[in-house]
Amino acid sequence: MVEEESIRVVRCGGSELNFRRAVFSADSKYIFCVSGDFVKVYSTVTEECVHILHGHRNLVTGIQLNPNNHLQLYSCSLDGTIKLWDYIDGILIKTFTVGCKLHALFTVAQAEDSVFAIVNKEKPDIFQLVSVKLPKSSSQEVEAKELSFVLDYINQSPKCIAFGNEVNFVLLVFWNLFFFPRFTLSSSRNKKHAKNNFTCVACHPTEDCIASGHMDGKIRLWRNFYDDKKYTYTCLHWHHDMVMDLAFSVTGTSLLSGGCESVLVEWRDATEKNKEFLPRLGATIEHISVSPAGDLFCTSHSDNKIIIIHRNLEASAVIQGLVKDRSIFTGLMIDPRTKALVLNGKPGHLQFYSLQSDKQLYNLDIIQQEYINDYGLIQIELTKAAFGCFGNWLATVEQRQEKETELELQMKLWMYNKKTQGFILNTKINMPHEDCITALCFCNAEKSEQPTLVTASKDGYFKVWILTDDSDIYKKAVGWTCDFVGSYHKYQATNCCFSEDGSLLAVSFEEIVTIWDSITWELKCTFCQRAGKIRHLCFGRLTCSKYLLGATENGILCCWNLLSCALEWNAKLNVRVMEPDPNSENIAAISQSSVGSDLFVFKPSEPRPLYIQKGISREEVQWGVFVPRDVPESFTSEAYQWLNRSQLYFLTKSQSLLTFSTKSPEEKLTPTSKQLLAEESLPTTPFYFILGKHRQLQDEKLNETLENELVQLPLTENIPAVSELLHTPAHVLPSAAFLCSMFVNSLLLSKETKSAKEIPEDVDMEEEKESEDSDKENDFIEKVQDTNNTGLGEDIIHQLSNSEEKELRKFRKIDYSWIAAL
Amino acid sequence: MGEFKVHRVRFFNYVPSGIRCVAYNNRSNRLAVSRTDGTVEVYNLSANYFQEKFFPGHESRATEALCWAEGQRLFSAGLNGEIMEYDLQALNIKYAVDAFGGPIWSMAASPSGSQLLVGCEDGSVKLFQITPDKIQFERNFDRQKSRILSLSWHPSGTHIAAGSIDYISVFDVKSGSAIHKMIVDRQHMGVSKRKCIVWGVAFLSDGTVISVDSAGKVQFWDSATGTLVKSHLIANADVQSIAVAEQEDSFVVGTAEGTVFHFQLVPVTSNSSEKQWVRTKPFQHHTHDVRTVAHSPTALISGGTDTHLVIRPLMEKVEVKNYDAALRKITFPHRRLISCSKKRQLLLFQFAHHLELWRLGSTVATGKNGDTLPLSKNADHLLHLKTKGPENIICSCISPCGSWIAYSTVSRFFLYRLNYEHDNISLKRVSKMPPFLRCALQILFSEDSTKLFVASNQGALHIVQLSGGSFKHLHAFQPQSGTVEAMCLLAVSSDGNWLAASGTSAGVHVYNVKQLKVSIGLNVPACISLCHVLPQVFEYSIPDKQYTDWSRTVQKQGFHHLWLQRDTPITHISFHPKRPMHILLHDAYMFCIIDKSLPLPNDKTLLYNPFPPTNESDVIRRRTAHAFKISKIYKPLLFMDLLDERTLVAVERPLDDIIAQLPPPIKKKKFGT
Repeated sequence: MVEEESIRVVRCGGSELNFRRAVFSADSKYIFCVSGDFVKVYSTVTEECVHILHGHRNLVTGIQLNPNNHLQLYSCSLDGTIKLWDYIDGILIKTFTVGCKLHALFTVAQAEDSVFAIVNKEKPDIFQLVSVKLPKSSSQEVEAKELSFVLDYINQSPKCIAFGNEVNFVLLVFWNLFFFPRFTLSSSRNKKHAKNNFTCVACHPTEDCIASGHMDGKIRLWRNFYDDKKYTYTCLHWHHDMVMDLAFSVTGTSLLSGGCESVLVEWRDATEKNKEFLPRLGATIEHISVSPAGDLFCTSHSDNKIIIIHRNLEASAVIQGLVKDRSIFTGLMIDPRTKALVLNGKPGHLQFYSLQSDKQLYNLDIIQQEYINDYGLIQIELTKAAFGCFGNWLATVEQRQEKETELELQMKLWMYNKKTQGFILNTKINMPHEDCITALCFCNAEKSEQPTLVTASKDGYFKVWILTDDSDIYKKAVGWTCDFVGSYHKYQATNCCFSEDGSLLAVSFEEIVTIWDSITWELKCTFCQRAGKIRHLCFGRLTCSKYLLGATENGILCCWNLLSCALEWNAKLNVRVMEPDPNSENIAAISQSSVGSDLFVFKPSEPRPLYIQKGISREEVQWGVFVPRDVPESFTSEAYQWLNRSQLYFLTKSQSLLTFSTKSPEEKLTPTSKQLLAEESLPTTPFYFILGKHRQLQDEKLNETLENELVQLPLTENIPAVSELLHTPAHVLPSAAFLCSMFVNSLLLSKETKSAKEIPEDVDMEEEKESEDSDKENDFIEKVQDTNNTGLGEDIIHQLSNSEEKELRKFRKIDYSWIAAL
Repeated sequence: MGEFKVHRVRFFNYVPSGIRCVAYNNRSNRLAVSRTDGTVEVYNLSANYFQEKFFPGHESRATEALCWAEGQRLFSAGLNGEIMEYDLQALNIKYAVDAFGGPIWSMAASPSGSQLLVGCEDGSVKLFQITPDKIQFERNFDRQKSRILSLSWHPSGTHIAAGSIDYISVFDVKSGSAIHKMIVDRQHMGVSKRKCIVWGVAFLSDGTVISVDSAGKVQFWDSATGTLVKSHLIANADVQSIAVAEQEDSFVVGTAEGTVFHFQLVPVTSNSSEKQWVRTKPFQHHTHDVRTVAHSPTALISGGTDTHLVIRPLMEKVEVKNYDAALRKITFPHRRLISCSKKRQLLLFQFAHHLELWRLGSTVATGKNGDTLPLSKNADHLLHLKTKGPENIICSCISPCGSWIAYSTVSRFFLYRLNYEHDNISLKRVSKMPPFLRCALQILFSEDSTKLFVASNQGALHIVQLSGGSFKHLHAFQPQSGTVEAMCLLAVSSDGNWLAASGTSAGVHVYNVKQLKVSIGLNVPACISLCHVLPQVFEYSIPDKQYTDWSRTVQKQGFHHLWLQRDTPITHISFHPKRPMHILLHDAYMFCIIDKSLPLPNDKTLLYNPFPPTNESDVIRRRTAHAFKISKIYKPLLFMDLLDERTLVAVERPLDDIIAQLPPPIKKKKFGT
C-alpha cells in the first residue's frame, strides 16, 4: 500500500552502464553490468534486462563472478559492502560489510576465501589494494573487517590492475608498472616520449605475458619480466590515440584492444600484421570483456552502450542506455506517441529513451553526417527540437559556428511515417534565420487544421511556418513554407509560446512580451515589466489558460492576466527551469541559489505555491519535464496532488536524470531480494510450473494476509492431493483422467477460507491492489475513471461493484490454476 | 682563443655506396663490411668502431657474400663467380678462385672454419676445403633447380640449409644429398606473388630452420620432418637478411622497409622450460632496404642501401650504461677523401672513380663573430679527372703549392703537374713512373711541395724529390724485417725534416727525411701529436724522444669524462703553424682546438663552452677557460684544415643530401598524411 511518505528525489535509471567492465556468466547466457546503485543482469541473446539486483545504497563499483561458484556474483559498492548474489533468481545471498569505500573488486581463483579490493582510507586520493577475507558464516549479514594491505599508491581505475594466471602476482599501473611482489617496469625511461604512460593492463591467461596499453596508442607485450634486465617487449601500434582497454581471449591466442577510434581490434597471435577489425561501433570503447566460455566479447562504449560481439567479430546484440556524454541543447521532451524521453544523444542524433524500461528505444540521425572525432574540431550541433501535432511532426535545428560571422544554420522538419514507424525528413530549410534560433514551438491545439510552427531568432524576427502542398502537381507532396515574419522594434526574439487552444502566440523580445493573434498575425498587446530579459515564457493550462507566465533573468517571475491585460502577480524567484504540466494547471519552477536548487509548484491563478521542496539537487538543474503517468496515482494530501497525473523529471548539470518519488527506499526493493527460500532448486518440469504459479499467488496472498487478513489460500504443501501426486512414483499413479478432477478440486478455494469479515473501508485499498495485479482490471478501472472525470462518484460506483468484483477475482484465480494445470 | 674565418664547403657531392654484406668476427671483435662498389672495410669494434682496414672496390666485383673463416681469414664472393681472400696485413687481395658455377649468391663457412660453402646461380652448392694458404674445391652437392640465395650450416656441421626460390633445401653434408625440400608459401597478404625468394636461412642447433623471404615472412621449420612450425608476417615488403646470436637466444632480421626486427627466445612461463620465439622490438634506423644484418654478443648491426652502418647495442647485454650503449651510425669512411692546397686555396675531392678540383670562393666583406659573409666570388670547379680502368681510387693528394696532384689505384700510381696561366689550367701527366710506385695506400706532399711521400702496400715508404717537371726517387724506407704491415697514416713536420708513419697495428715510426734514416733525434723544433682512435691525445716530443710534459699531465690527470665518452674517432689532427700551443682536431661531429697553455678541464667544469661570455670580466673568463674549445656547428664534418693563420676550411656533407641522391625508398603509408 502506498503510504504517503515524504517526497524524495530519486535517481531514475539512465545511469552509466559503462562505468565498469561488464561481466559474462560462465555459460555466456547473461551479462552483468553495474548501473548506478544496481547491478543489471541482461540476457546476451535477447538484450532484455532479466534482473535488477537491488540492494546497494551507493554506486556499485565492481562486479565479479564468484570463482568458486559460477552461479554467484560478487559486487562491491561505495557504501562499503560486498554483496553476493544469486543472479539467476536475482536474490541477495550475503552481505559482507567492509566499512570503507570500495572502488573496485577483483577475485582470484587461488585465493578461496578472500577477494581483492581498491579502497581509500585516509587521504582522499591515495588508493590502496587490499585483500579482504570473507568469513564463512551462515548468516546473511557478515562483517568482513579483516583487511590485509597489498599495495599502496595505485591508480583508482580497475583497468590498471590485472591478475596473472598461476603465480599469485598482481600488477598495477601508476606511471610505472609494478609486479607483485617486487618487479617494476617503467614506461617513461625516456623523457622525450612523455606520452607513453600506461592506461590499462591485461594478463595472458596461460603464458607469462603482460599487455599494457599506453597514452600514445601503443600496446606493449612484456615478456620475461621476472628478469630485471632481460625483460623485453613487443610493440603493437595501430591506435592513434590512447588505448582505452585491453583483453586477452580465453585461450590467449588473440588480444583485443579498443580506443576512441570506436574500432575493436583483434591482434591474432600477438603479431602486428595479423589483425582483424570490427569498425563503426559508434563511440569510444571504454571497456572490453571476454566471456569465460570464450564465445562472446563485449565492449562498453562512452555513449552508455554495451555491444555483445561474437567470436567471429560480428556484433550480435546492443544494450543501450541513456546516452549522456555530451551537453544537452534540446532539453527534455516527451514523444507524444511513445511517451519516450527525447533529448540529444550521440553526436548529431536525437535519442528516444524509455523511462519505464530504462533503455534507449531508438536513435534518430538528424545531422546525417559522418562524425569526425577530433579534438578542437567545431562540430555541427543539434540545438533545438520540438514535437508537434501529437507526434506527427518533429522540427530540429542544427547549427555550426566557427567564427562570429560564419553561422551555418539548418532547420529540418520530419514527418512521422506510420508504415515505417519512424520519422522521415520532409523539409530542409537552409538559414531559416540570419542568426541563432532561440526558440521553436508548434501550435499543439486540438482543433487546428493546419500544422503551424514558430521560430524565434536573435536576428529580431520570429517566423511562422506552415505546411502547404503546392510543391507537386498531384498534390501529394507537402512541405513547409514561411507564412509570416514578425518583429518588434528590432529586439531579439528570445522565446515563443502558443496558448493551449492555439489562438494566441506569445513572443518575448528581450524584456517585452508580445501577444499575437494566430489567425491574422496581428499584434494584440504587449507586456513590459522592465525586469530583465525574459528567460522562460509559458501559458497556463486548463482553467488557468487566461494567464501567461514569464520568468526573467533578473529573478522575477511574472504572471499576466490576458483578459485584463494586466500583471496579476509577480514574485522574486530566480527561475532556471519552468515547465507546465500538460495534464493539470500546475507549473513547476526550479530556482537556482548558491546552495542548490529548489522546486516550486504553483498554479498560475494564485501566487502561493502548492508545494515547495528545497535543495532538490546540489548542482544546477538544467532541464525538466513533466511526464504523464500511465496510471494516475491518488495522493490525497494536498502537497502531493501535483504528482498524481504526471511525474517531474529533471536533468542536472552533471547529467544525472532525477525524479520525485514517495516510496521509501525499502519499498523500492522488490520482495524477491528479501527472501532466500530453501527449495529454489526445483527442476523445470510441468509440476514446477504448477508449484511455481502457486507459490507466486501464495506469496502475494501471504503479504496480503499479513496486512489485512482478507483471503487465505491453502499452501501448496498443505494440499494432500498435490503432495501425494508429487511424491508417488509415476508407475503406481492412477490414470490421469482420474487424477485430474481430484487435482483441480484440490486447488479450488473452499468456502471457509473466504473471509466474511470484510471491512468496507478497505475497499479502496483493495481496488488499488487489483489495479496492480492485473492489466485487464487496470484498464477497467481506468475506463471507470474516465467516465467519471471528477472524483465525486467514485465511491458509489465502487461500492456497487464490490460484490461483483469479488466474484470476478475468485473466478480469475480459479481460471489461472486451470491454465496452469493444462 | 682566436676567431677564424671559416669556408663552409658543402659542394663535396660525395655519396657513399650502399652496404651489401656485413660479417662479424667474434674472436677478434671485428666487423667486415662490403659495399656495392666492391669496397670491403674492416671495423674494429673494440677500438671505438674505427675503420681500420680498407680494400678498394672494383667495378666488376660486386660482392654478394662475405664471411670470416678460421678465425682471421676473410673471404668474399661475388657476381663475377670468384671467391677471394683478403690479406689483412698487406691490405690487398691474396687470390681469387673461380667457382665455375656462375655468379655466387651466398657463402658460408663451416662452424669449424675449415670448409667453405658457396651457392651459385646454376643451383649448385659447392664445398671448398680451406687450406692454410689457398682454398681447394672439394665437391658439389645435389644440384637444385634455381639459384641458391642463402646458406646456413647446422652448428654441428652435419647439415646445411639452403634457401632458393620458392623452397628451402636441407642437405646432409656427408652424402651431399638433399634430405628435405620445404616449399615456401607464395601468398603475400592474400595476394599471390610471382615468386617467393628465400633471402636468408639460419640453422639452429635444435634443428629449427628459420627462413626469411620476399613475402615478408619469418618462418620456423622443423628440419627433421620438413614441416612449417610457425610463421610471422612482419613486413609488407621483402625480409632480406637474418643473423642469429651465437647463444641462439635471439636473432635479428632486416626488411626492405628499413626496419630491423629483433626476435627473442623467451620462456612461456617463468617456471616451465618451454620457450618460444617472440618478435620483440623493431628498430627503424634505415630509410632504405636493410640488405644485411649481423648479431654481435652485445649489439645488432645492420647495413643497407642508405649507406649507413648502424650498430644498435642491446641494452640488456650492456653491463655499464655508458656511451658503449649508445646507438652508432657510421656513414663516412674514416679516411681522408679531401686534400687542400693552402697556397692556392684549392680543394681536391676524391670520389670512387674521379677526382674533382675546386677553388674556394672568396669574400671582401667583413663582419663580426657568427656572421655569414656574402661571397664576392663563387667557388670554381676547376678540374674533373677521371680514372682509367675499373678500379677505385685508393688515395689522392694535392701538393700545398697546388701544382702537383697524385693519386693511386690498386694497380697504378698517377702523378700530374698543374700549370696555372691566369684562369687556365693545364694538366700534364708525369709519365714513366718507377715500377715500385704501383700501388699507394697513402700519399703526402711535404710542406714546401718538393717532396712526395708514398706509403706502398708492401710496407715500404718511398720519398720522391720533385723539381720542376721531373721527379727523382730519393729513398725507400723498407719495413722492419719480416713484417709486411701496410702504412695507413702519414704526417710530415712543417719544416719537412720529419716524417711520421703509422701502420695498422697502431705503432708509430718517425723518420728523419734529411738523413734518410729511421731515427728519432736531433734538435728540430717540432713535436708531433698523435691521435688515437680512442679519444685520447698524445704529444710526443721528437727532440726529447719522449712524451711531452703536457701529454704526461694529460695522461696523469685524465680527460674530461664527456670527452672520453665521445664515440666517434678523431679523424684529423694538426698544429697551428703560428701558434705552437694550439692543436686542432676534429671528428665527424665536432671541431676542437686544444690550447696547451690553459689548464685542463676537470670533471666539474663544463666541457662544451664554445664562447665564453664576453660581458664577464677577464678574471672570470680566465677562470672558466680551459684547454678544450669545442665547436659543433659543422656536422657531419668530413674535413677541416687551416688555410692560413686566420682562415679555416670546413667541408660538410649533410645527410639529407645523400638521401636525396639515393633511389626512392619503399613507399609506406604514414598515418595522418
